[in-house]
Amino acid sequence: MRQTSLRLRAGIVSLGILLIFGLAWHLAVSGSGPTQQMDPEYAKLMGQTAVQGKSAMPGPLDVLVKIWSHLKEPFYDRGPNDKGIGIQLAYSIGRVLLGYGLAMLVALPLGFLIGMSPLMARALDPFIQIMKPVSPLAWMPLALYTIKDSSISSIFVIFICSLWPMLINTAFGVSSVRKEWLNVARTLEVGPFRRAFTVILPAAAPTIVTGMRISIGIAWLVIVAAEMLVGGTGIGYFVWNEWNNLSITNVITSILVIGLVGMILDQALARVARAVSFPE
Amino acid sequence: MSAKFISIEGITRRFQAPDGSQTTVFEDIWFAIARGEFVCMIGHSGCGKTTVLNILSGLDLPDDGAAIVDGKAIEGPSLDRAVIFQSHALLPWRTVLGNVAYAISSRWPKWSRSQVEEQARRFIDKVGLKGAEGKKPAQLSGGMKQRVGIARALSIEPKILLMDEPFSALDALTRGTLQDEVRRICLETGQTVFMITHDVDEAIYLADKIVLMTNGPEAMVAEIVENPLPKERDRNQIHRHPAFYAIRNHLIDFLVSRSKTFKSEIPADYDRRKPPVILPQNQPQPLPPSHEAGRKVA
Repeated sequence: MRQTSLRLRAGIVSLGILLIFGLAWHLAVSGSGPTQQMDPEYAKLMGQTAVQGKSAMPGPLDVLVKIWSHLKEPFYDRGPNDKGIGIQLAYSIGRVLLGYGLAMLVALPLGFLIGMSPLMARALDPFIQIMKPVSPLAWMPLALYTIKDSSISSIFVIFICSLWPMLINTAFGVSSVRKEWLNVARTLEVGPFRRAFTVILPAAAPTIVTGMRISIGIAWLVIVAAEMLVGGTGIGYFVWNEWNNLSITNVITSILVIGLVGMILDQALARVARAVSFPE
Repeated sequence: MSAKFISIEGITRRFQAPDGSQTTVFEDIWFAIARGEFVCMIGHSGCGKTTVLNILSGLDLPDDGAAIVDGKAIEGPSLDRAVIFQSHALLPWRTVLGNVAYAISSRWPKWSRSQVEEQARRFIDKVGLKGAEGKKPAQLSGGMKQRVGIARALSIEPKILLMDEPFSALDALTRGTLQDEVRRICLETGQTVFMITHDVDEAIYLADKIVLMTNGPEAMVAEIVENPLPKERDRNQIHRHPAFYAIRNHLIDFLVSRSKTFKSEIPADYDRRKPPVILPQNQPQPLPPSHEAGRKVA
């Protein structure tokens, strides 16, 4: 009962903050500034800011209207420069999942190898240490040059940025499996494959999933930047395109949508983390 | 033949320190365990008791000498030798049933699921955990966890049971009941057991023979004490046995002083290969005066 009331109170406070923020936003953009008399032709170019004193910054209501229009028709396709936000999101999510999936296929087995072999851990350490801090976007030119396809290049960039946290966490998780559990497997004469899947994997799973959660977060951050760079499709391209169209409402809408999708991805992995965690 | 089911022949174990120097934990240890015997090893921390047990389990290898079981030198872990770990070492993501079943399906990989489960339930029953099959180790008390460890070790029907201070982390009451149960099960099945302990009373209650280790480093087997108490013993009555204080005092004297001094005053006829076997006999024990007084009042 105490807990539900805390939740309820927190919800009320959240709602209050949202209302105050919305109101402040609304007031900040609805005030009229000084207007100038000017040539109508020139006024057309200057927009409402100059003529009516209206702020160019959209208010919360404008954004809500925009979101509603996107929700009504998320998947329309009117040529390369005008696709629904749903289509753009689908492109981005698809790229992220592809790059992330490929990174998983490489990072998990390689992490196992590094975690189980002190030799490989030491041998690969310098490469990992140098590659890990490189901004994934720095790979973009190289990817574009070798792959010669902008879409696949952005998938590659996602791959490379998701790789490191998963690899490092897998290796760490595998190498720090409690000795006594391994001894149990040894005294039971459990073979290497069965040991990997029945002792090491479950013991390391919480650490591995933590790495995967970090990776998906980074991947979602990077895809926006990558798509801004390569253009064509995707939510990152959409943001930049709308900036070029000077549609601030669309930019704000995309910010909200990007945040929402990022949260869903993170929560999905949090759920996986709960499923594989075990109390000691 | 049965006198040497397990034969420890001249094992030595050295550890390399980070600075390159070597420490010899124990050197040239010889003793034997017969089939069906319950042998305890007593000694202070650092004398290498756990290392001896690890060598017997195959988790560690001696630098010199060999541990021989049933005529074959131990070269690695084996399902014939089950270990009960001090820290119970249960897999926390598996249930009680899952932990026991894991061992059983390792022992008999061809068994069907229902066969494995039946065997697991039988041994969970045996250690008194019926009803807790579906629980995770984190939901169990220390004593219950150790019971699962015991069920897991016994369920694979090993030739030898190795126990590394299995009860030392438990409270006195739980320790007592678990000792009773382990003793009962081992007697029933004629289990060969090697157990490490710090606890003199535990050793007297459980063991047929007690191996005394001198202090490390360079520890050695000082002597092997035969337990003069009959095989049928009752925890609440053993202290009335005439030989009880003889063996208890002998063991305590060893731990208090002789474990330190033994090496400097090795008897002339001492042979590392055949450590002396001692059978403490009931000597008249002086009764403390308060005891007499207490009796009169009663």
